Amino acid sequence: MQTSCERVAQSLRTLYSRYGYRHYKMSKFEEYDLYAKNKDFLVSDNVITFTDLGGKLMALKPDVTLSIVKNSKELPGVQKLYYNENVYRVTKGAHGFREIQQMGLECLGTVDSYCISEVLELAAQSLRSISDETILDISHLGLLAELMNSIGIPADQKGTLVKFISEKNIHELTALCQNAAISPENTALLRELVCTGGAPAQVLPKLESLLAGKVSPTTLAQFTDVIQSLADSDMAQMLRIDFSVVDDIHYYNGFVFKGFVNGLPGSVLSGGQYDKLMKKMKRTDKAIGFAVYMDMLERLEAPGEEWDVDVVLLYDNTTPLPSLRQQVNALTTAGNRVTVQQTIPTDLRYKEIKNLTKGEPTNA
Amino acid sequence: MLNVALPKGRLGEKVYAMFEKAGFPCPSIKENNRKLIFENEERGVRYFWVKPSDVAIYVERGAADIGVAGKDILLEYEPDIYELFDLNLGKCRMAVAAMAGFRDDTRRTLRVATKFANIASNYYRSKGRDIDIIHLNGSIEIAPILGLSDVIVDIVETGTTLKENNLQVYDTIVPISARLIANKASYKFKGAEIDQILRSMEAQMEEAK
Repeated sequence: MQTSCERVAQSLRTLYSRYGYRHYKMSKFEEYDLYAKNKDFLVSDNVITFTDLGGKLMALKPDVTLSIVKNSKELPGVQKLYYNENVYRVTKGAHGFREIQQMGLECLGTVDSYCISEVLELAAQSLRSISDETILDISHLGLLAELMNSIGIPADQKGTLVKFISEKNIHELTALCQNAAISPENTALLRELVCTGGAPAQVLPKLESLLAGKVSPTTLAQFTDVIQSLADSDMAQMLRIDFSVVDDIHYYNGFVFKGFVNGLPGSVLSGGQYDKLMKKMKRTDKAIGFAVYMDMLERLEAPGEEWDVDVVLLYDNTTPLPSLRQQVNALTTAGNRVTVQQTIPTDLRYKEIKNLTKGEPTNA
Repeated sequence: MLNVALPKGRLGEKVYAMFEKAGFPCPSIKENNRKLIFENEERGVRYFWVKPSDVAIYVERGAADIGVAGKDILLEYEPDIYELFDLNLGKCRMAVAAMAGFRDDTRRTLRVATKFANIASNYYRSKGRDIDIIHLNGSIEIAPILGLSDVIVDIVETGTTLKENNLQVYDTIVPISARLIANKASYKFKGAEIDQILRSMEAQMEEAK
């Protein structure tokens, strides 16, 4: 029987291939230097390292995107890649490393509004292949950065402000603005932005009037156009604009998004535009991508079955082999799950016992 | 069903009264027994009492949709949650205290005894001070007296315990109070109920002013 994880992985592979994304298989190892230079991009600083035979310090991959950016060549046009890899990292609150299956895609090159809308649509469809009750929260770090500049948030306070926005922490956001001598009107605007969330049809008009004159019309128009193109699709119901979705402003720039599934405690999908990372890695092209955290899907599994097997078929040295084989074939052909044993296993949940021995069945 | 993690103790009782006023009563919670989980199926709410320092974990991991946790716990564990409202209850401060007459000898590594290693590290990192954290689980105040540490980083309410142990506050790191927190995914799917509680709590606070 397929697990949720296997079923979803299969449908995501089909989905990404259908949109022209090529499977990108990579090595489990990477030179540690890559992660040392981009520590802030990683979920956790902790990386499993070892020295290879040539004396180089290597690491078990804690992240996929960095490897793809490092190993792919800058080519004309757009490269569309998807991956299904294991990463090794310390999850928050855990006391050790975990192997985590991650599936996702990256779009590198001349990323334009179409590419962004395609990636967002694929993110939405990825969520839909997991569950019917899903939400894709979309935000735009470019708009947020322009707004922070235009209302005069001091550079050293921007990181803290973004953190408060991500927590919907209005009370501390207000206090920060007061300390930074931000005008009451601009503070109210920021508060409004954090509180303004919901379906694009309701939020876009409000956002346009809220941000008019505070951000570049081009950025706002691109945001509106891309969202509008998705809002007209059958994905509309699962889209939400929510500016509390943020990511590291040193790596990400434009659209950022997170996917949620009812019944799972955190975001199961996370992605965004990371042109700043590309620049840091000395590339001139742009990029957008997302990852689906497959390890979280096991929490969606239906409760385990009541029985481990349907039939325990008991035999001993008096049972003729042909009749034993015949019984097994008959039972399995009828759709039963059968275990053939000489004694009754103690930790097995079974519906019935068929005894082919001459004596009484015995427990293991 | 909305799952609410409440901190055991007086603060939790005060907070429950606010939830009740917000339209989410659960009369069985007032019964004098040792039960930890209480449910009002009709109103679609389930409360559970947990250790105050664990509330954030229940909420972050989704066992509770919302809860009430101290800012000290949020700063220490940095859970990935929404911090929706400052309830202005359980007010105190996170402070650096030391023996009366203490002077920081910057030629040496400062030894800091605390339960809040993350808060202390962040605070001294922001000052560029080299420190040695000594993690203790209780009776932090005796660490400087016995020479185990130079200073302590701990919660100070009235300052009486410090005074009685010949300690005094040298610096306030951050004011602390109870916060209404929510699981990020729960907020997506149970936003209407959570917002109802949030609006009511804001109104209750406003009334109390």
